[in-house]
Amino acid sequence: MAKTKRIIITILLRLLAFGATLSATVVMVTSHESAEVMNIKFSAKYSNSPTFKFYVTAEAIATGYGLIVLFLSSRRSVDRLIVILDMVIALILTSSISAALAVAQIGKKGDSHAGWLPVCNQVPKFCDQVTGALIAGFVAAIAYLVLNLYSLHVFLTPLFRV
Amino acid sequence: MALQSGKKLPMFIGHIWSKQKSRWTLLGLRLLAFLAAAAATLVMVLNKQTKTFVVATIGTTPVNLTLTAKFHHTPAFVFFAIANGLVSIHNLVMIMVDLLGSKFDYKGFRFPMIASLDMLNLALVSGGANAAAFMAELGKNGNSHARWDKICDKFGAYCDRGAGALIASFLALALMLLISFLSILNHKLVNSSSHNSHNNIIALPN
Repeated sequence: MAKTKRIIITILLRLLAFGATLSATVVMVTSHESAEVMNIKFSAKYSNSPTFKFYVTAEAIATGYGLIVLFLSSRRSVDRLIVILDMVIALILTSSISAALAVAQIGKKGDSHAGWLPVCNQVPKFCDQVTGALIAGFVAAIAYLVLNLYSLHVFLTPLFRV
Repeated sequence: MALQSGKKLPMFIGHIWSKQKSRWTLLGLRLLAFLAAAAATLVMVLNKQTKTFVVATIGTTPVNLTLTAKFHHTPAFVFFAIANGLVSIHNLVMIMVDLLGSKFDYKGFRFPMIASLDMLNLALVSGGANAAAFMAELGKNGNSHARWDKICDKFGAYCDRGAGALIASFLALALMLLISFLSILNHKLVNSSSHNSHNNIIALPN
């Protein structure tokens, strides 16, 4: 009974994280918009910024990993390896979301000291889609962290002992 | 713990890894991580550069404009400083707990607390270091699509010091990853032969 409960919680968390990373990747990749401001064609795509390219790469790696692990979830032989890889993927996700958030904040508010104007006034639809992708990535990072802590708890309290 | 100080563990990886040696290794790594994170915090907080530009010339007198680059102009750098400060405090507390409080244990919660806190601080320092790294990349290369100019050609010393702080923070990140793994591995190696891993409220007298 306890073993079933553990497996169900783990699989639910992995499904949530997989869905979140998949939606983050897809929403970020399909976000592009062009605007014309005073005869200057202004087109915004995710590939204009190295940070967003890194974000898409990291989320895509996490999606692929989540898909593979969903099918391997409770095999004894790869259990320890999956715990370690979970930690690595959680780190990758937190780093990519924080980097993307830093640059997106500059895009929304600008940086008056450096002379950087905010971009969101010209391309609002692009900004909204990027915000959605970032929220999904945030949920995925938290889901992987909770999964890691839960795996640590499972790892430390073996099943057949009081 | 029921083990004596000089007792050897079963040979797992092919070399002899006694309990005392692993404890001092972990302590040394934690000290290094504390120093790296503290250095990153200090260098970033004290990072400031003032430069005077000549923007126009009226007659014969040049008009000067003084610009200052400070770390708190950029929210990502503020987050970087706070994250590294918290991580260095965490490492300091862990060193103190290891040196001074090795008998405290509340129903076996000591090890899960240490492992969870290590993991959470690892995520924190990873987030801080990467956010600052990408902001530094933006400052170094600019972004032509968004019409953002690079600033590192004008404020070279500011950028160099920021790069130094970033390197220290990534070093702290690598060290904390190593510490996390070693601490969990060590605990499992020490307690795998005995079945009392959660009953060590009172040290068994030998």
